[in-house]
Amino acid sequence: MPYSDKILEHYNNPRNVGSFSQSDASVGTGLVGAPECGDVMKLQIKVDPVTGLIEDARFKTFGCGSAIASSSLATEWLKGKTLDQALAIKNTSIVEELALPPVKVHCSVLAEDAIKAAIKNYHEKQGVPAGTEAEVAVASH
Amino acid sequence: MSVKLPIYLDNNSTTRTDPRVVEVMLPYFTEKFGNSASRNHPFGWAAEEAVEVARDQLASAIGASGKEIIFTSGATESNNLALKGVAAMYKKKGNHLITTATEHKCVLDTSKRLERDGFNVTYLPVDKFGRVSADQVREAMTDKTILVSVMFANNEIGTIQPVADIGKLCKEKGVLFHTDAVQAVGKIPVDVEAMGIDLLSLSAHKLYGPKGVGALYVRKKDPRVRLEPIIDGGGHERGMRSGTLAVPLIVGLGAACEIAHAEMAEEGKRTFALRERLRKGIMDALPETYLNGHPDDRLPGNVNISFAYVEGEGLMMGIKDVAVSSGSACTSASLEPSYIMRALGVGDELAHSSIRFGVGRFNTEAEIDFTIDLLVREVRRLREMSPLYEMVLDGVDLKSIAWSGH
Repeated sequence: MPYSDKILEHYNNPRNVGSFSQSDASVGTGLVGAPECGDVMKLQIKVDPVTGLIEDARFKTFGCGSAIASSSLATEWLKGKTLDQALAIKNTSIVEELALPPVKVHCSVLAEDAIKAAIKNYHEKQGVPAGTEAEVAVASH
Repeated sequence: MSVKLPIYLDNNSTTRTDPRVVEVMLPYFTEKFGNSASRNHPFGWAAEEAVEVARDQLASAIGASGKEIIFTSGATESNNLALKGVAAMYKKKGNHLITTATEHKCVLDTSKRLERDGFNVTYLPVDKFGRVSADQVREAMTDKTILVSVMFANNEIGTIQPVADIGKLCKEKGVLFHTDAVQAVGKIPVDVEAMGIDLLSLSAHKLYGPKGVGALYVRKKDPRVRLEPIIDGGGHERGMRSGTLAVPLIVGLGAACEIAHAEMAEEGKRTFALRERLRKGIMDALPETYLNGHPDDRLPGNVNISFAYVEGEGLMMGIKDVAVSSGSACTSASLEPSYIMRALGVGDELAHSSIRFGVGRFNTEAEIDFTIDLLVREVRRLREMSPLYEMVLDGVDLKSIAWSGH
């Protein structure tokens, strides 16, 4: 099947490719997928400690065009959001935005997983155990 | 020299019909359009004559006699007929078949069906180059074995099997030997007499002929092979394959075989040189690239390379001006990586990273050079975007990571 224009656009001009230093306290890193599955996404967020907003994001992906596009789009959407808002990003929105065919929906699911993993890692680095009230409190600021 | 885009480098999947073949076929659509089974008028006679010419052209290309050729709709049908036809005819003699793990799906699925019908099938594992040995076949044989089916050359990795050795063994043991020679006929020497082959499948569209037609060679002497047909009807093709013959397609198949056989030596040299240019151009420029299949015993035009840390479908998107195929799961509807890569023991990650190139009759040096440039650039770009490559450069052992999977 020919690829949608949006997928091709993200593939040819991916947004925010790269890496933040993992030792930076304001950076959360999510690494999801597996090489044997043909899909690995590394997604990173940089959170402004004052405002609590995601001020920047980066990604690197081993995967097909749809996987690359999904993760590229995710980094675009993350910038300027609160962690709460980021957690609310649903894979179905990615599917719709990129016009992913059914056989590629799992790429968007992995992107959603990557976002959640990055946020979880950020919280762990702040010393906030995942899933506690404290985490919810931090996320909502 | 400029190249015309897109470039076609997927000649193991199908080939362009040679214009010389198309020319020969055309009169049989609008002028000599008779049914070759019409015995009573010139339209039928002309069609029948053309079919008999094609039969001989095909037979010459494989060292057989025209009387031993059955025309089918393609190699999938030929493989079905060979396996099911022999199994049904010889089931009183035995119920065991031997084949390999890397056969085409039409052989594997037919074998599975025969298993459901009460036959036993041994699927021989292959070595890291995708080869089986005659010794493996010998060890697997029992007194119930009625058929051995081993493909001549593999469609994905190009590896050529020791067909003559297996044929000799089968003759010794009195077991019928079938080979799916779709990728081999017209590209490398195929001789059913010298190689002890009893049944052989081939397909027109893999050798610059039209799609929709193929053939099954069925040995008539020493031994005489009998088959139960899988299509019932008017009794065409000596009762083995009913159905009006597709005269124009058959004419095309015959012409394609004759051309391929005549030009094989020269074309083999040319495609080999182009393929080596492609292979070296890619593998010399990029580290961590791996050739899949046997380095020497492989089809002249085939090269299959895994590019570590880069996924196959993603790479194909980047080289969309060049038509190739990949062993990656992403390109198959089932999301399973190629079973052939699996059988080689390549590992799923490298299977996902493999690209198959098929150089053919109409490819040029300029096309090869364009492809090398484009591919090298894209692999480098995608490696920059790859978290796996980043980890490897940082000295991380990827095998040590507990991946989350999904």
